Amino acid sequence: MRTLSPSTLSPEAVGLTRSEYDEIVRRLGRDPTPLELKLFGVMWSEHCGYKHSKLTLQSLPSSAPHLLQGPGENAGVIDIGDGWAVAFKMESHNHPSAVDPYNGAATGIGGIIRDILSMGARPIALVDSLRFGPLTDPKSRRIATGIVAGIAAYGNCVGVPTVAGEILCDPGYRDNPLVNVACLGLLRHNRIARSRAAGPGNPVLYAGARTGRDGIGGAAFASEELHEASEHEDRASVQIGDPLAGKLLIEATLEALGTGDVVALQDMGAAGLTCATSEMSARGGVGMIIDLDRVPLRETSMRADEIFRSESQERMLLVVRSGSENRISSIFRRWGLQAAVIGYVTADRELRVEYRDSPVVSLPPYALAEAPAYRPAACEPPELAEQWIMPDVLPTVDPGSALMSLLRGSDVAAKRAVFEQYDHMVQIRTVVPPGGAGAAVLRIHESPPKAVAITVDGNGRLCALDPYRGAKLAVAEAAANLACVGAEPLGVTDCLNFGNPEDPEVFWTFRQAVMGITDACRALQIPVVGGNVSFYNESPEGLVPPTPVVAMVGLVRDVAQIATQSFKTEGDVVVLLGSSAPDLAASYFLELIHGLSRGRPTDVDLTTHASILAAVREAIVSGLVRSAHDCSDGGIAVALAESAIAGRVGVAVTLPYDHRAEVALFGEAPSRVVVSVSPDRLPDLQILAANHGGIELVVLGRIGGSRLSIAGPDARPMIDLSIEEMSDAYESLREVFS
Amino acid sequence: MRFGVVIFPGSNCDHDCIHVLRNVLAQDVVELWHGDSLLDDVDCVVLPGGFAYGDYLRAGAVAATSPIMPSVKSFAASGKPVLGICNGFQVLLEAGLLPGAMLRNQSLQFRCRQVLMSVESTKTPFTWNLREGQILQMPVAHGEGNYFAPKDLLDDIERQVVFRYAEDANPNGSARFIAGVCNKAGNVVGLMPHPERASEAILGSTDGRLIFEAVIEYVTSRSRVPALPRSRAEALR
Repeated sequence: MRTLSPSTLSPEAVGLTRSEYDEIVRRLGRDPTPLELKLFGVMWSEHCGYKHSKLTLQSLPSSAPHLLQGPGENAGVIDIGDGWAVAFKMESHNHPSAVDPYNGAATGIGGIIRDILSMGARPIALVDSLRFGPLTDPKSRRIATGIVAGIAAYGNCVGVPTVAGEILCDPGYRDNPLVNVACLGLLRHNRIARSRAAGPGNPVLYAGARTGRDGIGGAAFASEELHEASEHEDRASVQIGDPLAGKLLIEATLEALGTGDVVALQDMGAAGLTCATSEMSARGGVGMIIDLDRVPLRETSMRADEIFRSESQERMLLVVRSGSENRISSIFRRWGLQAAVIGYVTADRELRVEYRDSPVVSLPPYALAEAPAYRPAACEPPELAEQWIMPDVLPTVDPGSALMSLLRGSDVAAKRAVFEQYDHMVQIRTVVPPGGAGAAVLRIHESPPKAVAITVDGNGRLCALDPYRGAKLAVAEAAANLACVGAEPLGVTDCLNFGNPEDPEVFWTFRQAVMGITDACRALQIPVVGGNVSFYNESPEGLVPPTPVVAMVGLVRDVAQIATQSFKTEGDVVVLLGSSAPDLAASYFLELIHGLSRGRPTDVDLTTHASILAAVREAIVSGLVRSAHDCSDGGIAVALAESAIAGRVGVAVTLPYDHRAEVALFGEAPSRVVVSVSPDRLPDLQILAANHGGIELVVLGRIGGSRLSIAGPDARPMIDLSIEEMSDAYESLREVFS
Repeated sequence: MRFGVVIFPGSNCDHDCIHVLRNVLAQDVVELWHGDSLLDDVDCVVLPGGFAYGDYLRAGAVAATSPIMPSVKSFAASGKPVLGICNGFQVLLEAGLLPGAMLRNQSLQFRCRQVLMSVESTKTPFTWNLREGQILQMPVAHGEGNYFAPKDLLDDIERQVVFRYAEDANPNGSARFIAGVCNKAGNVVGLMPHPERASEAILGSTDGRLIFEAVIEYVTSRSRVPALPRSRAEALR
């Protein structure tokens, strides 16, 4: 073999440091070639290499009895019984969506779908967690509507329903929106696929769309802050999606996996062929020889480094059993896709790449695939504790108009104008659609009467004030959303969105948030099966609020035994389960009505939380309650209003709180669930609550009429609004998204 | 009986239709590949929803020229029942098997929601045992379902309107609230709403099942559907 000539590129030109360059030389025993150095540039980028996060992430609990695949593969896989399993994973696509909202969001959907497909699962649902600047701002509006349109265009065409999500707005996301998308897949246990290449001599098969010049260096671009000119300069780093090819790739890949001849597979996402070849060989402890001349191209004049780093979408890399390559290839071609053997697995642990009959890369795959790990300096932001001090007095507001403002506020308002743009029903599994409850419920008709529930939750407002408590609350809230449809949590996938980790305050915040998720998931015994870290979410305007987002998947044993949030029957008794005291600290009320982001979020008591959620679940599964809704943003007043609006029926209640009206109504506290029960079943519910460690149960009032009437303990009326006027306010996002 | 469900590249409601026909209604179902040209002895052809060929060019335009379509046309010409759902309806329009065309939704956005529609004609194999004026609930999910035809044609096909969106429920701006039409003979029906998404109680409605059950009974009992009038003049007589 001809010798490879050393690099004339500087490490800084590919986003690496001088000491990282020295580490490369140490691993290779020589200087890298310019092409090799570019490969290290993408593979050791934060996006691919997790170099500033992986040591911290080790604390996350990742084992559970039903876990079939934990972190380390393309997605986690959990057993749901009877030979079936679910795969799920969440990823961010923030930077591409900032530069090109439509294509950035669309390819985010395509990418996460292929991660699930890589596990051998059929993708059955998408959920997305979005963060925008205030929707009154024209730029934020353009970004928001572009992102929603991109998700709709890709998700609808590819035939995977978008069933749940959240949209929260804050000025901190104006120039750096967050697009976190999760996908859920269904598979048989014995069909689980993995990415470990094996079997020297086995062909390496390229399948899917052709390779073009889009998205080159996308992973590296995602690993630096956005700057003034990003929108123009970084366009070429954004990939362009083709949902038809994505759909065909799903069908062809599942058919190929069905032959039993696929040894390993991985999608070509960030860093394209570079990542797929090096990770697959590193995981399998083998090598590969790859001939770039055999890669199907969109254009003829591409250079070796462009072919090898391109992030063109809708491509998979497979290792197939020797002799089966023609059969597998013909499956992909029948679906109208490209298929080409581009190399072979080798026994030596060397990744060799050739182009025009010359070697261009020759290195051990682990050297590329295993980026160095750092433990950056951490320092608590000195001003944090100051923000916990609450103002002594707040201006008095009319509770009725405050509730109307909260219902109109983008964080609370109905997301109907958004989710009606998404096909949320295709695959006919959606039993609880978006807006029906805090979690979506999908029946598994392959294994009746089972269903799975999925929800997503994150709260930058709380995490900005206390990242540890905020992250814990996000996990607690997701678990509450699942409990309120009657589902038991199976696992979590998370997406951690922060600024530059080399800033000690950012890193401290990140570490606190990971500790919060760790402690909450340990206490609730929910494994974290995988996820994604997105650093460098900064623009010239500053950092985004620290935003850990968790998507949680749960199991419903019988789809007939679920609940939704809407009040159902006049005369039913409305009951509050849970006694934690409402508090305006860090509340949505304080932010929206008084423009204050202050106060310290509650440190949720997870033991109490778990017992309340267990009681709610049992009440639903045993058919005792007819609706369930946890109190979150906007407090108990918003929870009651949402249940009434959804049921198109009024309710009259008396709150048990001795606090001032706005604290009682809009104060937030975890572990509070509003349920409705028919009067004759109320004693059964009381017994159930007593049996769950004496959970406090308060009868609030009854469903009926067409108004929401809320009174204080002394019977003083606090709120009296018609369902109709509240519904109008609640649909305020129509004006932005329709 | 035996249904044939056509699978185009990009069909994404094919599995849903097959599930309902096979598992809910216990019928034989064969998959008809777009690249084949034989219909394999089926009693009814279903063109399912989705984005055939990505809906590139226009919704249904490329699919209308695929190798399977000549067989679908001769199957239709022989008087046997053909149902196009959503994208399948768009394909039938593009193939000239049904009159009219689709525009983008008036909102210019995709819409996925439950709608109410009324049965306007019972002179098709898919509605023969329903009542005229009967209200059915099922979801729509499309971006191009805004039915269009010139006024003369709309007048002319008034008797071929099979389904109409209920008042205040037109999700897309369709002319005369049209949700579904048939050909002159009545055996080819296309509709934008999704009966396969409304065929099990757990999904919120079973009204969609009525459409499949109608054609099953029609085929298995060799029921006779009253013929459609040939022209407006005849209709008015």
